[in-house]
Amino acid sequence: MATVTMTVNGKSVSGEVEGRTLLSDFVRNNLNLTGTHIGCDTSQCGACVVHVNGKAVKSCTMFALEAEGSSVTTIEGMANPDGSLGTVQQAFQDNHGLQCGFCTPGMVMSAAALLEENPNPTETEIREYLEGNICRCTGYHNIVKSIQAAAAAA
Amino acid sequence: MSDKGIGASSKRREDVRFLSGNGKYTDDINVRGQKYVYFLRSDLAHGKINGIDTGEAASMPGVTGIFTGEDFAEVGGLPCGWQVTDRFGEAMKEPAHPVLAQGKVRHVGDPIAAVVADSLEQARDAAEAINVDMEELPAVIDMKSAVAGGTLVHDELETNLCYDWGFVEENKEAVDEAIKNAHHVTTLELVNNRLIPNAMEPRVAIGDYDASNDESTLYTTSQNPHVIRLLMGAFVLQIPEHKLRVVAPDVGGGFGSKIFHYAEEAFCTLAARKLRVPVKWTASRSEAFISDAHGRDHVTKIELALDGNGMFQAIRTDTYANMGAYLSTFSTSVPTWLHGTLMAGNYKTPLIYVNVKAVFTNTVPVDAYRGAGRPEATFQLERVIDKAARELGMDPIEIRRKNFIQKDEFPYATPVALEYDTGDYVATMDKLQEIADLDGFEARASESRKKGLLRGLGINCYIEACGIAPSNLVGMLGARAGLYESATVRVNATGSITVMTGCHSHGQGHETTFPQVIADMIGISEDQVHIQHGDTSNTPMGMGTYGSRSIAVGGAAMVRATEKIIAKAKKIAAHLMEASAEDIELKDGSFSVVGTDKSVGWGDVCLTAYVPHNYPLDQLEPGLEETAFYDPANFTFPAGAYACEVEVDPETGKVDICSFAATDDFGNVINPMVVDGQVHGGIAQGVGQALREHAVYNEDGQLVSGTYMDYSMPRADDLPSFVVDHSCQTPCTHNPLGVKGCGEAGAIGSPPAVVNAVLDALNKGGYNVSHIDMPLSPSRVWSAING
Repeated sequence: MATVTMTVNGKSVSGEVEGRTLLSDFVRNNLNLTGTHIGCDTSQCGACVVHVNGKAVKSCTMFALEAEGSSVTTIEGMANPDGSLGTVQQAFQDNHGLQCGFCTPGMVMSAAALLEENPNPTETEIREYLEGNICRCTGYHNIVKSIQAAAAAA
Repeated sequence: MSDKGIGASSKRREDVRFLSGNGKYTDDINVRGQKYVYFLRSDLAHGKINGIDTGEAASMPGVTGIFTGEDFAEVGGLPCGWQVTDRFGEAMKEPAHPVLAQGKVRHVGDPIAAVVADSLEQARDAAEAINVDMEELPAVIDMKSAVAGGTLVHDELETNLCYDWGFVEENKEAVDEAIKNAHHVTTLELVNNRLIPNAMEPRVAIGDYDASNDESTLYTTSQNPHVIRLLMGAFVLQIPEHKLRVVAPDVGGGFGSKIFHYAEEAFCTLAARKLRVPVKWTASRSEAFISDAHGRDHVTKIELALDGNGMFQAIRTDTYANMGAYLSTFSTSVPTWLHGTLMAGNYKTPLIYVNVKAVFTNTVPVDAYRGAGRPEATFQLERVIDKAARELGMDPIEIRRKNFIQKDEFPYATPVALEYDTGDYVATMDKLQEIADLDGFEARASESRKKGLLRGLGINCYIEACGIAPSNLVGMLGARAGLYESATVRVNATGSITVMTGCHSHGQGHETTFPQVIADMIGISEDQVHIQHGDTSNTPMGMGTYGSRSIAVGGAAMVRATEKIIAKAKKIAAHLMEASAEDIELKDGSFSVVGTDKSVGWGDVCLTAYVPHNYPLDQLEPGLEETAFYDPANFTFPAGAYACEVEVDPETGKVDICSFAATDDFGNVINPMVVDGQVHGGIAQGVGQALREHAVYNEDGQLVSGTYMDYSMPRADDLPSFVVDHSCQTPCTHNPLGVKGCGEAGAIGSPPAVVNAVLDALNKGGYNVSHIDMPLSPSRVWSAING
């Protein structure tokens, strides 16, 4: 076991982990931030996307120890300071961009990273950017619409 | 369109917790002191277990317990919920389905042993140290070979045939005769490809036992916790309901795969009792691929007889339906009552005969997946109609229109036992032609040709049967359960309402849409109504959510309970206003005496019910809480017409979906935004089936497509935005909301549209191809083009 320290959602945290502990497991099990979801074991589904130093990362593709000293944002860190839903989150609610909600945290984190890179993406750019996030409920139609709405609202 | 209540696109209140990371899914639950379960699963499709040595594993660090089939020899097997009677009046073959393998393994993924340890890693490490002496047996994978004999999946059955079902058996001779004498017969042989449902949340089970009161609790990813409690408690573990609580909290999608009672649920519940510690199992995705029930997997020959005018005369089908290695909970009903009864589609075919042979193979059990039987029926019917139109030189829309059941012919009794209450198939087709801009197709095809691409248009119709019922009828057909739904409406003292429903929401949005109905009925705001579901300890016995039944059956139960509430509240209001209850009117949350200016508010009446100082205690009980159980008189029959346009690259065989339009008649609609979303998701799954998804077994019974690297899920860049419309509404005549259900339509109606479109593109491009089996991968399309 080793100690890892990082900043998560603006707070300094540390925990004891094994070398094989994934960042996704650290966030869920050590920090009890269960908004980050695990939907596969081959880094395909994107339910576990978080931001590490501002970049969207599938947290199952990193060991927790690799995030030593990093700044990590999870879905729990995406709300406005007053606790209300942030712009991207609100756009998803307004446009029915989610159904069961399981892929949603990863979708929101990917969407936020996309809008950071490209504030006015086309539909094609949105669809291509989301290639690494699988949703089984929405057919992506309203996810695309939500991201377009978030872009317009920003 | 309303801005509140029924008909309003109210934003979903549950989204706030899902979007902020506060959803509470089963894997988010951790019970103090819990241990972790790892299942050692068979890596062979078929094998005889000669011995299991757990000695070394048991001594490994952190191991609390190791279980094998012997430990479960005394408990029941997993039950099948539907007994099918075959053509000859015999009951289906029903083999035992043990919790852990007993003597034999029958599919890759069959659980052999389970380790409980302090950590998942320790459990996994110990499982690897279990020594299983296994003798490999030949695997039976192909259904027709399985029926031909040889290796048996279940030795004691002496056959791999579960049943040979004929429907309607009395029609058989007349159908044979009509086909023999027909002007034209179109024949099509096809495969309805095996799929894996792939809800994004893998299954989880947590067993907990409280020795202080001898109560077990199971937290599980289920669409129907009451059904799990009944099946597991009564048939597997013999735990009575009052000592067993089943909780299905937020569930990350189901699509049918979370209806069934699975071995892992029984295991965790029993292991927690035996070990006196909570035990938790979370499926990995790889494990889900080989342990979640799969869907579809039919091999069918369909014949359609037509007269010289293109009118349908008779249909005969011959289907092999894969059951997999064991009978999953509702597996046997899917190819029979949910498939054969749908073969009339939207058309007036006078004679129909359906034969289904259900077959055991060394594969994962197959059961209901979104649509369940209805997609299989729709696909073969709508494909054979398209093929017939091509053979007869008829327009695919015209041939359908000619054969439609007309609006004034409802209620319409089909030759396959259903009575459709309402529908207007001409209207949905008219609407489709408008929203899909079919008149503009030629211009778009011309643009595609300039790019060297072949453009095709696929049209099809569908009908589905939702809210399967009534209970006494399904009981006669073999169901071992009732199919009512329940609701308790509890009005609180200050007027807010808690509704406890036996339905379960796992993406459907019940927490938002159910309150819309009550808010309308009483005239209070939606946010005063809270929906409670998913816990057997605080909801009435209900059958859960599947088969697009929640609003049609569960919503109806809620309406009935609310009607009782209103009737009692009117009596209280009458007392307060010294009037007769018959003269009381409820409007906008206020009770008034008709013809006077006297009124009393909803809140005052509710408070009076719970603080009954001025109250007719000699005539009326205090309190305001009512329960209703609703058992529908019939199925509901949503129907619609879909259009898909594709571009096919003849050089590579790659298919792109250019547009997809859907018109659906769902009867009355509670929340149009939610309904649109259900259709979008259904279409995506149907397009996935048509173009990408396929659970492939090799001849040894290994699942070749066992990860997301190999099983091709539709992604955002594989799909277009959809055009959907549900403005054609013929309300259901037999439920109080006039609703029909919308959950499965998209998945039922879309695969034939896609396949018809690709074949249209190829044929218009000069390639004479009559059929390609799904999924229409580039290699399959290219091979068809290149002969």
